[in-house]
Amino acid sequence: MKDEDRTPGLLPATERDLRRRFLEEVHLVPGGDRISRCLQCGSCTGSCPVSYAMDIPPRMVVALFRAGRIEEILRSRTIWICASCYMCTTRCPQAIKITDLLYALKRTAIDAGLYPDRFPVYLLSKYFVRTVNRYGRNHEILLLVQYYLRRNPLELFRLIPLGISMLRKGRVALFPAKVKGIAAIRSILDAAKSLELPREKEAVRYKEGMVGYRAVA
Amino acid sequence: MSPDRQDHLRGAPMEYLYYPGCSLESAGKPYDESLRAVFRTLGLGLKELDDWNCCGATMYMSVDETVSLAISARNLALAQKDGNRELVAPCSACYTVLLKTNRFLRESPQLKKKVDRILGEAGLQYDLNVTIRHPLDVLVNDIGIEAAALAAKRSLEGVTFAPYYGCQIVRPERGFDDREFPSSMDRLFERLGAKSAYFPLKTRCCGGMLMTTFPRVCLQLVKDLLECAAENDAHCIVTTCPLCQVNVEVYQKRVNNAFGTSYEIPVLFFTQLLGLALGCSEKELGLQRNLIALKVPLSPLLA
Repeated sequence: MKDEDRTPGLLPATERDLRRRFLEEVHLVPGGDRISRCLQCGSCTGSCPVSYAMDIPPRMVVALFRAGRIEEILRSRTIWICASCYMCTTRCPQAIKITDLLYALKRTAIDAGLYPDRFPVYLLSKYFVRTVNRYGRNHEILLLVQYYLRRNPLELFRLIPLGISMLRKGRVALFPAKVKGIAAIRSILDAAKSLELPREKEAVRYKEGMVGYRAVA
Repeated sequence: MSPDRQDHLRGAPMEYLYYPGCSLESAGKPYDESLRAVFRTLGLGLKELDDWNCCGATMYMSVDETVSLAISARNLALAQKDGNRELVAPCSACYTVLLKTNRFLRESPQLKKKVDRILGEAGLQYDLNVTIRHPLDVLVNDIGIEAAALAAKRSLEGVTFAPYYGCQIVRPERGFDDREFPSSMDRLFERLGAKSAYFPLKTRCCGGMLMTTFPRVCLQLVKDLLECAAENDAHCIVTTCPLCQVNVEVYQKRVNNAFGTSYEIPVLFFTQLLGLALGCSEKELGLQRNLIALKVPLSPLLA
């Protein structure tokens, strides 16, 4: 929707819904409401080691949120490129938990299905969660093979020499180690699921040419 | 055990509970081996937490906060059950996630209530009474630098190292060292005779899992680190995190291919360098598992 088509002061329905979801996530983060204190000083953007690769720098994320353009943030590359180094959080003069807010944004985007198919960060997280849910621990090889098969099988071939040298050095665990109390982990997962708010998958999906993703990787 | 060794242990707990984390069972194996060797040599007990599970890392957190906190809290509940409340977590990601779990549960009664109910389903309980420690913190603050120097068998003289702390060992929680310019490792190894290189990128991010998801962005970050270490004449980079070690060492060749450079800088876990000073063998420290071989002045320390 173009800006001039909007009813002044009223956010479009999808925007309102995304905003509500995001705020729900934010309330679950201790200190998350400090987002309202942002001064727009830009310390976060200046401190970020990967802001050069972002389409929307961290300072602008807050600005766009305030301007009622959360969908734009959710479709940006920014939330996925954050490497969780917490430099912005450390330096923010207003003690805003920027990294944690980006996590909340990621969860909102995943929840609303706002990412392209086979999007790297989501794929990796998905297989990671799957591996941990199954064994109770992560298993590097299983995770990476699943990820690359789906994302870019060619890359898997390129990584073979590296994998072999790691194998030779005894730095590859061939088989996943399964936690003995896996039944307890499963009941933890089930219990957690039952406490989650019911969420419906939203119909909005990524379409070609939308903001963000294409430029990198 | 020699008299001064017993002396240096005064005040420090005799045994720590150990949470290795998934990485230390595979790519981070040399970290696990060298950590155990160093603790053994210093006469400190290290007991692996029975049946620990994945802490959830940053990736689980981006999918589901409640579940992520709950599975992380299972480890803390297991530690509470064990009774030894000092939990040593060597992987920076695990360390920060476990600390964060403690903080979130302490600050949000709402989350605490949820997690309590979830843990209850698994017959567990957690009362926020476990302390998460990084082994660097234990070695520098419980054992002490002077005591480590007393126990040292070899001098690290002639070695210039780039102290690379990475991000999650010092952030976001206010922990045992400064969040931007930590100095624990610098002080420890300088006391053992080594020289700490000028290394302003000491807490800059290595990119972590971006090596898998956005390799080009990540290779740039690693190249910056290597460049800084090389320019300041470091013989090696010393890290405290398995993810940093893999990105900087294992992917060094890729950096060279991508940028036309020819770096060949060994990347050691801090426990490996400490172990060398304490007189541990190459095998005990898992040094044969490092991909980039040690060169002079480090290689003579292997003898």
